[in-house]
Amino acid sequence: MAFTFAAFCYMLSLVLCAALIFFAIWHIIAFDELRTDFKSPIDQCNPLVLPEYSIHSLFCIMFLCAQEWLTLGLNVPLLFYHIWRYFHCPADSSELAYDPPAVMNADTLSYCQKEAWCKLAFYLLSFFYYLYCMIYTLVSS
Amino acid sequence: MAQPARPPAAFRGQNGAGQQPYSNGPVQNQLMHSSDGQGYNPSAPGSYSHQMPAKVPPHQSSGQYNYSSSQIASQLNNYQGPGQILNRVAPPSGSPVQQAGSVPQVLPPAPQNSAASSAGGFGAAPPGLSSWPYGQAPASHPGGSQTSHLAHVAGTASIHPPSSLPGNSNPPGSYQYAASPGGPPLQNSYMKPASAPPPVTQPLPPLHLPRPPLGPPPVAGPPLIRPSTLTAAAAPPPSSSVPQSLLNSTANREGDAASTASDGSVVQNSYDAIEGGGLMATTHPSPATPNVNMGRNVGYSYPNLPPGYQNTSPGAPGLQAPALQYPDGSKPFHQPPLGPNHLTASMGTLSLQQEGLRPVNLLQERNILPTTILQAPVPNLHEDIQKLNCNPELFRCTLTNIPQTQALLNKAKLPLGLLLHPFKDLSQLPVVTSSTIVRCRSCRTYINPFVSFLDQRRWKCNLCYRVNDVPEEFMYNPVTRAYGEPHKRPEVQNATIEFMAPSEYMLRPPQPPVYLFVFDVSHNAIETGYLNTVCQTLLDNLDLLPGNTRTKIGFITFDSTIHFYSLQEGLSQPQMLIVSDIEDVFIPMPENLLVNLNENRELIQDLLKTLPQMFTKSLETQSALGPALQAAFKLMSPTGGRISVFQTQLPSLGMGALKSREEPNQRSNAKDIHLTPSTDFYKKLALDCSGQQVAVDLFLLSGQYSDLASLGCISRYSAGSVYYYQSYHHKHNPVQVEKLQKELKRYLTRKIGFEAVMRIRCTKGLSIHTFHGNFFVRSTDLLSLPNVNPDAGYAVQMAVEESLSDMQVVSFQSALLYTSSKGERRIRVHTMCLPVVATLSDVYLGADVQAITGLLANMAVDRSVSASLSDARDALVNAVIDSLAAYRSSVLSIQQPGLMAPRSLRLFPLYVLALLKQKAFQAGTSARLDERIFTMCQVKNQPLVYLMLMTHPNLYRVDNLSDEGALNINDKTIPQPPILQLSVEKLSRDGAYLMDAGSVMYLWVGKNCGQNFISQVLGVPNYGSVPQNMTHLPELETAESIRTTTFIAWLREQRPFFPILYIVKDESPLKSSFLQNMIEDRTESALSYYEFLLHIQQQVNK
Repeated sequence: MAFTFAAFCYMLSLVLCAALIFFAIWHIIAFDELRTDFKSPIDQCNPLVLPEYSIHSLFCIMFLCAQEWLTLGLNVPLLFYHIWRYFHCPADSSELAYDPPAVMNADTLSYCQKEAWCKLAFYLLSFFYYLYCMIYTLVSS
Repeated sequence: MAQPARPPAAFRGQNGAGQQPYSNGPVQNQLMHSSDGQGYNPSAPGSYSHQMPAKVPPHQSSGQYNYSSSQIASQLNNYQGPGQILNRVAPPSGSPVQQAGSVPQVLPPAPQNSAASSAGGFGAAPPGLSSWPYGQAPASHPGGSQTSHLAHVAGTASIHPPSSLPGNSNPPGSYQYAASPGGPPLQNSYMKPASAPPPVTQPLPPLHLPRPPLGPPPVAGPPLIRPSTLTAAAAPPPSSSVPQSLLNSTANREGDAASTASDGSVVQNSYDAIEGGGLMATTHPSPATPNVNMGRNVGYSYPNLPPGYQNTSPGAPGLQAPALQYPDGSKPFHQPPLGPNHLTASMGTLSLQQEGLRPVNLLQERNILPTTILQAPVPNLHEDIQKLNCNPELFRCTLTNIPQTQALLNKAKLPLGLLLHPFKDLSQLPVVTSSTIVRCRSCRTYINPFVSFLDQRRWKCNLCYRVNDVPEEFMYNPVTRAYGEPHKRPEVQNATIEFMAPSEYMLRPPQPPVYLFVFDVSHNAIETGYLNTVCQTLLDNLDLLPGNTRTKIGFITFDSTIHFYSLQEGLSQPQMLIVSDIEDVFIPMPENLLVNLNENRELIQDLLKTLPQMFTKSLETQSALGPALQAAFKLMSPTGGRISVFQTQLPSLGMGALKSREEPNQRSNAKDIHLTPSTDFYKKLALDCSGQQVAVDLFLLSGQYSDLASLGCISRYSAGSVYYYQSYHHKHNPVQVEKLQKELKRYLTRKIGFEAVMRIRCTKGLSIHTFHGNFFVRSTDLLSLPNVNPDAGYAVQMAVEESLSDMQVVSFQSALLYTSSKGERRIRVHTMCLPVVATLSDVYLGADVQAITGLLANMAVDRSVSASLSDARDALVNAVIDSLAAYRSSVLSIQQPGLMAPRSLRLFPLYVLALLKQKAFQAGTSARLDERIFTMCQVKNQPLVYLMLMTHPNLYRVDNLSDEGALNINDKTIPQPPILQLSVEKLSRDGAYLMDAGSVMYLWVGKNCGQNFISQVLGVPNYGSVPQNMTHLPELETAESIRTTTFIAWLREQRPFFPILYIVKDESPLKSSFLQNMIEDRTESALSYYEFLLHIQQQVNK
């Protein structure tokens, strides 16, 4: 049993994953509030998007360094999605993904909601996966 | 966020304290005008309080009513229609008899309880397959809401019966109302409070009218045909449980009084009585006598059988109703109004429908264009309801028959949406001042003509079906000065109405009108000479600016620096302050930059007179528009208001500087054109403006490319408007000067609403998908409009989220809350009611081709921006192909050769072809980018009428105008020549033709045009001497000239912009623009109409 870099990565990701789960829930709530009119879309363009993207890319880098290929493989699709989103936001936008005038469009809103739910599911699953992997690496080595 | 939130919050505000008896009075409009609230208060309320203390039904003296009358009422009444006036019936006859009346009550007018059943599973409608995402239903909760709805209904229904059972008796008297379940209230009874018998000994029975929702139209049939059902359906009083007990007590008393009345029947009454009790005391029951219809009904159904009848039918219905009806799944509430409709409609209009359904073979119909202006289709509603419906110019739906489910909508391949012109100038607009604005408690819908009155005291919302109480004040009708006629209040008689909003609708005190003008004074701008025109026009119209004593005005000019003008009182002349730090803009002095117009009028006039001369020597060519806008925003943000920006070139300095993106050589390359903004500076600034209730209107007077795609965002998201004068120059382009003058005058003097929000509500089951227009969408159904002007139109795409199969009609309501220039908070409400249909052929039957075209154009603009122009063009073509193919495969039973289209859509291919040839969407032409984008802005922001004119111009032959069929307006005779098809084949060399393309008109004079026309109208001796660039018709004293000029003037008057008239000869350079509008003809890059049809046919028959 050894405290390897991989184990460290998993521990860190575990903690950060909790943060991502929080972000995802926050998004879900925010979109719901938008839909029910408690919130102005202008405020919706939230500051949590960039942190989320960076935390997630941090995961990928860590797993790359730790040579956890399977875990990395699981995260790469989302990484690419984030990169795609980042570069497809409105010109010059600092608000990233959510464009206030467009977000209330029924398609966009339901898309964003779905996206938030999917991410929540993904982060939850990865949370347990990291937990498992962490214990596994700790025990096996 | 706080800022943006304001309006909405206010908007949602409750009615608030409505305690005052009736403040309403007199509203401004004539209709309402007279009421004297005061009179009312004293008398009615007083009596009220005595007798009715609690809703508990006091004992009633039955005596007052007329029985018979009540019956009548019940059946007929349902209808709210204006037409039906239920007059009061005879004065109350003997007491006992009346009880019988209760029976009628029982009969609910509305048969339709059945709805409940349907909840089922509409499930998620599959998203539309068509190329447009017409309405993709979100599908999220297919059944959810519905079910709840149903449940609710059921609940009420069930309740209802019980009440009847125990029943007992209610005071018969009270029932008069009951009698008219559906009806609009019969309202007879309440008229004179004073007369009411003294309560002391015998309490009068409460009167109430149960009114079924819209009430089935009196016309007919329902009662006759199925009385039983009717009764069962009888207006369900919502709050059953409470009532019962009350009822019983009352019943007892009544029993005596009523004498004959049977319990069952009575029961219902009693229930109603409870609700309406107070009223009864005051009023006299006078039976309604009403309309013929009523009479009929009576005859049919229950002539005069009070007692016997009561026992049987009334009682039965009450009891059994629940069991019977519900199981059936009949719809509980909604239908009443329509039910009849359908009946009558199907019978009466059978032939008409047939006509409407008859397919048209487009390939064979050569003259498909009607010769008069195409009118909006009339929804297939009962005429009494239709009479109340909103004017199609204000509120229009693409499908006047709403498909029941999203699946049906997807099958039809037509877009479902609304086109609104909510703030249109209206010559007659009822205005209501009332301390309480009656709204549904759950969905906040304003009371409107399509709600149903269950009885005198309760109404059911037509959007969410919640049953609400009618507030005391609403019982008094200021128009007739009668009490107890809630259904006759102007709110319930007008689909378009304006309320004066009380303070609950304000988040801050209403703002003063504030106008800030921002002028570009760079060298380029001075060259164009626009400043003269604008300042002069402004000077001329200073007194006409909408406003009051609080009106404020200010000016900013900019080139590479920003200049502010202090108009402080006491200064002998305006003082200019220059801010050269454009990176971090600040306001040089906190006040005196925006000053009160009235108090500083002379300084302002001074400034306007000197402004054009101040910069004539300027050599500064840079333009710091971005910083100037930021400064303007800072100046305006404490109050909100309107910024009018005049810009003549591409902004080149500071924030928001733009680079030219137009490459002349690639103009024709549809792929690379830049329709998206290159920076979001303007969008963000617009959003900030929107939050502070500031709107920015952009006047772009530019010869070169100015990147309207980016600049336009400033207006688009702040609910402003965009004006574009291409190549404006005071000398080189004098027609533009006139156009600017006229349009600026209209702009300055038109009505304006500040800090506005608009909410669009629709019947549960429908949802809003996307909005089109200039605004910021604050919520799924709420638009934030810092300014609203009468020339702006909006479009809304809708989706059917849940099946509407248990409804016969759906309603849409738009409510615009704004602050008028006089500082009043007002709400303008439009409500539209449309029938729901279950079959595809009905959907096609009700298609409104103009509205569809308008909505498609809006969608196509979005598509061109988000994808590409060619995508948008394909989508337009596919819209035609898909809908006609769907029609062919699903509706036509016999496959005929040719291209078959439903009659309602016979112009669809033509209009779509016109869209494809319009500047916004035309491919590979020399259209300049700014012009194209401006046209797209117009598509988004113009009301449908003007959009259609821009898309498909009207062509008239004007060399032989006659007074035949002419309109007479103000002593002027306006000829109405027939509209011709837009094809060169319709032109003859011996004629002169006027093409009205909305913002421009062409008068084409043929080579062999009659000498008469040339000399009498054009005022020149012969064809050869018609000047090349003639833009005005001379005012001649000849009949021909007067006819032509009044006709053109009449056309111009009808629109807020000023169309320039070009006189076109064969060899004139404008001939190509004229011919470009000949939509049915072939151009180098576009198909002719016939070719287009062949193309569609090929695709449809695949």
